[in-house]
Amino acid sequence: MGDAYGLSMYLVGLLTMGGIYGVLALGLNVHWGFTGLFNAGIAGFFAIGAYASALATSAPSPDHVGGFGLPIPVGLACAMVFSGAVAWAVGRICLRLRSDYLAIATIGIAEILRLVLKNEAWLTNGSRGISNIPRPFEDLGLPWAQIAFLGVVLAILGAVYLLLERGWRAPWGRVMRAIRENDRAAEASGKDVVRLRLEAFVIGSMIMGLGGALMAHSFKYIGPQATEPLMTTFLVWVMLIVGGSANNRGAILGAMVIWAIWSATELFTARLPPDWAVRAAYVRVFMVGLLLQVVLQRFARGLLPERPPTPAGEEKAPAERRDLKPLSQR
Amino acid sequence: MLEFVNFYLVPGLVLGCIYALGAIGVSLLFGILRFAHFAHGDLMTFAAYVTLSVVTGLGVSVVAALPFAICAAAVLALGIDRAFYRPFRDKPAIIMVIASFGVALMLRSAVQFFWGPEILSFQTGIQRPLVFFDALRVAERHIVIIGVTVLLVTGLHLFLTRTRMGKAMRATSDDPDLARVTGIDTERVVRWTWVFGAGLAAAAGVFLGLDTQLTPNMGWDLLLPVFAAAVLGGIGRPYGAIAGGLVIGLAEELSSYPWITDAPLLSPGYKTAVAFAIMVAMLIWRPTGLFRGRVF
Repeated sequence: MGDAYGLSMYLVGLLTMGGIYGVLALGLNVHWGFTGLFNAGIAGFFAIGAYASALATSAPSPDHVGGFGLPIPVGLACAMVFSGAVAWAVGRICLRLRSDYLAIATIGIAEILRLVLKNEAWLTNGSRGISNIPRPFEDLGLPWAQIAFLGVVLAILGAVYLLLERGWRAPWGRVMRAIRENDRAAEASGKDVVRLRLEAFVIGSMIMGLGGALMAHSFKYIGPQATEPLMTTFLVWVMLIVGGSANNRGAILGAMVIWAIWSATELFTARLPPDWAVRAAYVRVFMVGLLLQVVLQRFARGLLPERPPTPAGEEKAPAERRDLKPLSQR
Repeated sequence: MLEFVNFYLVPGLVLGCIYALGAIGVSLLFGILRFAHFAHGDLMTFAAYVTLSVVTGLGVSVVAALPFAICAAAVLALGIDRAFYRPFRDKPAIIMVIASFGVALMLRSAVQFFWGPEILSFQTGIQRPLVFFDALRVAERHIVIIGVTVLLVTGLHLFLTRTRMGKAMRATSDDPDLARVTGIDTERVVRWTWVFGAGLAAAAGVFLGLDTQLTPNMGWDLLLPVFAAAVLGGIGRPYGAIAGGLVIGLAEELSSYPWITDAPLLSPGYKTAVAFAIMVAMLIWRPTGLFRGRVF
């Protein structure tokens, strides 16, 4: 009985984190999968969302601005507004750059945000971070608090999924794909490529901010190490590539699978002697990096390959990304 | 005035040398393979730690251990290229960027695995700076860094201008397709580019470790200014990268000098933002960089 209870609580925790990563992967899918924008600064938008919601909802404290003690849905809305606003400002400047340069620029944004979060102690309590962030339904007591929070996460994940799936099938999805495949052709047929790219960048970043806010509420704590690229940027990229970019279901599946692997190996390394456990944690990162390489080289389309957006009801065979083929084969 | 030279100008030059060494590799690789090599910083980290092991293992000086680090980094870079980048040569460059992102994490976790996550350093204890003309105080390590950088850059210059491979490298960087049809073996050029890029990156990593400390994140944190230097100098322009590195290094250090009031112009915590601002401004207004590099 005790084992079954422990196992199901472990599963609840696993699904909660997998669901939050699913939201982040869906955000990246709007950037990279739909529109072909290379965002290497996921951690930055994640952190804005996490801090915005944390400051809005936590109880007043002398250590940082606020908190304002607002209800959690307001906090989540704040997270989306702030990360969307930053994405708009960044996108206005950087989206006209070629993909590699955009990648460098987004890394730079994440880096500068990390500096702000660390140095501006009046705003963020510096490197100590913000603790005692409320979590929805936490006064239900175990196990129901965990299960209810899982419900919240899955509901948000489902809502984001349905919205994106609807958008992908709509003309909006088709124009994004057209921009990804050949932005000049899209421009020639009268599409406002710069504006549409900005739209995708802002929407994707808002979803990332939402994911960051959920993570902050889940851990009840957020600190500047959240902008460390490993646990957000890198892991989310691996999730999307493994799951299948430009496929919303693939993004969610990738998030769940990679998170399951990640935490299952943690279960294993935790049993090792302490000295080994620390080292084994690095082997884990190394293996995830290697997994990314194998998927890129052998299974470039991921677990669930892209399906082209079609008017609702029609189905077509999986498509290959034309923007990822050499010019000579297009 | 002397305070300006001792605490801002000389450290700025040293930082500039480190950035320049990193940026040459990034710029050449960007020009020849047409992708932003995200693992360049972590290559620096790796080389710095190898040097640390050689220094403690053999009991030699850091400069004497430098050749080991350069060779180790070159061999490692050739291996990484063979395993993780070459399969994507005829694919769009962005796939290689993703792959290099993965390689960066793999390198860093390998460093953490072998050397641990603690902060290490080459030397312990306080070192007295050398004093010239009763007032000019320069740390010995700063003289070493600037001196060896000048030697390395001179060597690179001779290689690029006097040897066939060097000329082939510049030609490929200018126009890879044209170089290929004139019969240049571009794969060989690519290999030599890795050797030089990684070797100079190794020197940059070792110098950064010598100037400050060794941490597993040191190289990743250097990535942004190094890219900024490469963009400022013009992509594919090794001499531009040197100038870009010096400008970025000086700009970062001089930004915290109290130019107007008694307070630093910019809080030293935000030095990295200077590099970023310069890079974004260049990308928008003059994407070819100072030395008319390539635009992709």
